[in-house]
Amino acid sequence: MSARIPFPFTAIVGQAEMKQALLLAAVEPRLGGVMVFGDRGTGKSTAVRALAGLLPPMKVVPGCRYLCAPDDRSPCIEGCREKAGKRIEEANVPFVDLPLGATEDRVVGSLDLERALATGEKRFEPGLLAKANRGFLYIDEINLLEDHLVDLLLDVAVSGTNVVEREGLSIRHPARFILVGSGNPEEGELRPQLLDRFGLSVDVRTPTDMGDRIEIVKRCDRFDRDPASFVAEFAGHEQKTLEAIAKARKLLPKVQVADEMLGLGAQLCSAVGADGLRGELTLLRAARAQAALAGKKEVKPHHVAEVATMALRHRLRRNVLDDTGSTSRITRAIAELIPA
Amino acid sequence: MNTPLPPAGGVGGGQSPAPAEDPSGERWAMALSAIDILVASAGTIGGIMLRARPGPVRDAWTDALALVMPTRRLPASADAEGLDGGLDLTATLASGRPVHRAGILADAHGKALLVPMAERLNPSLAARLATAIDDGCPPLVLFDEGDPDDPERERLPAALMDRLAIHIDLNSVRLDMAALIAGDAPPPPLAMLAEPGAVAKDPETALAVAAASLGIASIRAPIMAVRVARAHARADGRADTIEQLREADMAAAAALVLGPRATRLPPPPPEEEQPPPPEEPPPDEPPPPPEEPPPPADDTQSNDQEQPEPPPVDPTDMILDAAQTALPPGLLDALAAGTMTKAPKSAGSSGAKQKSITSGRPAGVRPGMPGRGARLALIETIKTAAPWQKIRPARDDGRLAIRSEDLRIRRFVAQTQSTTIFAVDASGSAAFARLAEAKGAVELLLAEAYVKRADVALVSFRGQEATLALPPTRSLPRAKKELAGLAGGGGTPIAAGLDLARKVAESERGRGRTPLVVVLTDGRANVGGGDGISPQDAALTSARAFRAAGIACVFIDCSPRPRPLGAELAAAMGARLVTLPRVDAKAVVAAVKAATSGMS
Repeated sequence: MSARIPFPFTAIVGQAEMKQALLLAAVEPRLGGVMVFGDRGTGKSTAVRALAGLLPPMKVVPGCRYLCAPDDRSPCIEGCREKAGKRIEEANVPFVDLPLGATEDRVVGSLDLERALATGEKRFEPGLLAKANRGFLYIDEINLLEDHLVDLLLDVAVSGTNVVEREGLSIRHPARFILVGSGNPEEGELRPQLLDRFGLSVDVRTPTDMGDRIEIVKRCDRFDRDPASFVAEFAGHEQKTLEAIAKARKLLPKVQVADEMLGLGAQLCSAVGADGLRGELTLLRAARAQAALAGKKEVKPHHVAEVATMALRHRLRRNVLDDTGSTSRITRAIAELIPA
Repeated sequence: MNTPLPPAGGVGGGQSPAPAEDPSGERWAMALSAIDILVASAGTIGGIMLRARPGPVRDAWTDALALVMPTRRLPASADAEGLDGGLDLTATLASGRPVHRAGILADAHGKALLVPMAERLNPSLAARLATAIDDGCPPLVLFDEGDPDDPERERLPAALMDRLAIHIDLNSVRLDMAALIAGDAPPPPLAMLAEPGAVAKDPETALAVAAASLGIASIRAPIMAVRVARAHARADGRADTIEQLREADMAAAAALVLGPRATRLPPPPPEEEQPPPPEEPPPDEPPPPPEEPPPPADDTQSNDQEQPEPPPVDPTDMILDAAQTALPPGLLDALAAGTMTKAPKSAGSSGAKQKSITSGRPAGVRPGMPGRGARLALIETIKTAAPWQKIRPARDDGRLAIRSEDLRIRRFVAQTQSTTIFAVDASGSAAFARLAEAKGAVELLLAEAYVKRADVALVSFRGQEATLALPPTRSLPRAKKELAGLAGGGGTPIAAGLDLARKVAESERGRGRTPLVVVLTDGRANVGGGDGISPQDAALTSARAFRAAGIACVFIDCSPRPRPLGAELAAAMGARLVTLPRVDAKAVVAAVKAATSGMS
């Protein structure tokens, strides 16, 4: 497939919350991915692809089929790190589309039939999970994904390792990826267990502002006609964003979270009735990434407030008979707990 | 890339143009111009969705397409693997060396990929095709063969539909019978009938505004419209830059892209702004050129080409006019009846059929041929072949001799998924309480059901007829939205309600799901029958059809004092009878649960 020039991330009109969530996920991979709820044709996949194209190339062990990092301590399963010696290669951050109809074989990998039949060699053919290692795994319409695949993804996403025990193979390989899902809740709900796995969730609506809509159409047309010069036009913005991510990543380990902030996070979670510890953890990690992106070394209450909706929206216990949107419940709680 | 056959840029020419007042001819001309646009678009517009059942009209269109672009048909047996190609297992085993099979997508490179019966496309194929469009491979032509008058028909996966720029309905097109009978070549496409017209002012804004006022939410629509307009200009042999687009280009984009996607009619232009009809020159512009005002875009008169350049006009109104020639069938009726709020049931949401050889959790192996979704169990196959190696003639290359009877395929168990269909009596005075509790039961079931992935549907019957108030869904937000405005009162057409519920149940069973019908009524029919058959007897006949079809049912008799009528109906249906003089949502849910646990 021809490598298309991705649409520049900074050229996407509007959708501030989605872009912010993706940036946070890029700064702090441990956040656990982003779930994007929304209608069709709102630029979800464009934004995710654009972000992957924006990230700086990463260092990999040459010839490694799992894109292992050279400085990783854990032994590479095929020993390519030893084979490669001191050589290091650069590769683009992978962006893998997991299609709805993907079979389990394609996702987890399977016996390499060609080798097995031709030479009798038992060799593992890595699947999409291996390809997505250290990058993005994007699942459009994740709510329509088959259950057994969802379970499988959950398991791998939690452990960061793909364990294959099938066809006489016994393999475990690293599969750490940023899971980005998207879907329209009106076409089927996502199971709560899976929803909770996502670190952040955003609601994307079709832009209703006429000016925005016109600008989107215009930019797309300019991009269609001459992608290269359109990309060049936004190169400055892209570079700035790229630098901001790189700086934030470097700064992230130094960002302090004071005890008051831990307390604030706990209070906020209990005020809105967010289930489980994961919400609290994600809230603070996101706040930390937010502070890092802003170039601050300490998490302030406003950082928590800025990310609270994204981090908690999908974790609220649902009351069938109460129609108050999760977003407004969180906004109310923020207003009470964090003076502007 | 294509030989310049008649259609490309066939401006004017000697063809007999269809009269403008003939909507069928106009639509046909539009469908043909879509072919030129597809050729000129160079793969930027995704493709064409053609609503057309098989028949002479569709054949004529396909022939016209084949004249200018090589085509390839997607075989009905294709699976997602077939699209991408891979190892041909059977051939590999037969020859002892890896034999590769080219994927259909690669094979269709440079051709148009025709997909018949697209409404039955399985979701995984649809998803793969949608990705293929994003990656820019061959233009697709999808044939939607659903019966346009059947509200229950299958729909194309929305994610795929959205990516195909051009939507055309050929179902209403009639062609010249004499020519068809004589077996003449299809009427050659005559695309660019309309004058190019004036240069359009700010086409992007105009198309974006028009899309919004037609109620099209997806931003992809105006983007696609711009691409189609530019391809139209190219097909007409004109420059395709935004500044050079003409009215005819805009009209084509409007009619092919925006019109068919419209969900509402554009609001009338506000009074304070000048509302110029497209024929009249806007007041702030110089008087029109002496000859003629620019013709409206959907006009098919062939004027002389040599016309001085008219000044740019604001094309929004013109676009809306053009779009209205291509509104989706039934939109106006639906608008009149106020039923447009319901989103069509997309096939994408229906989930994959639970074929036990293709998906689910692995559960052992059995003999069989791989392919068509079944996957080879390699180790088992080799194990089966191993004991026979001494008996079978040894191969020259020393490899295992594997025969087709050794082949083993993997089996999977898929959880059977259920659809609960409520048939609710919305008639009479107790309707409101009953409806409210039925809605409550639907919501409660859905709130729990997303763990088990069960669908819920609701049929309500009152007055003269039954309606599918909630098509099968597992979405709570959608159920809430659609059940909000359910009306009650009137007569009790039990027979109609039961018939519709059975139809829904059977179509669910066709999708590989297990239906359960829950009837809520007091059992006293007073509408239906006729011709000497009492409403009650008609209801009994409808009830017996359930038993014949073997559909599991629960009959909830909610009359204040249970009478034998309900019991009779329940017995005729073969239903479990539950008497609930005071319906409440929780009791209904309990009855449903009792029934489902007995089912599996």
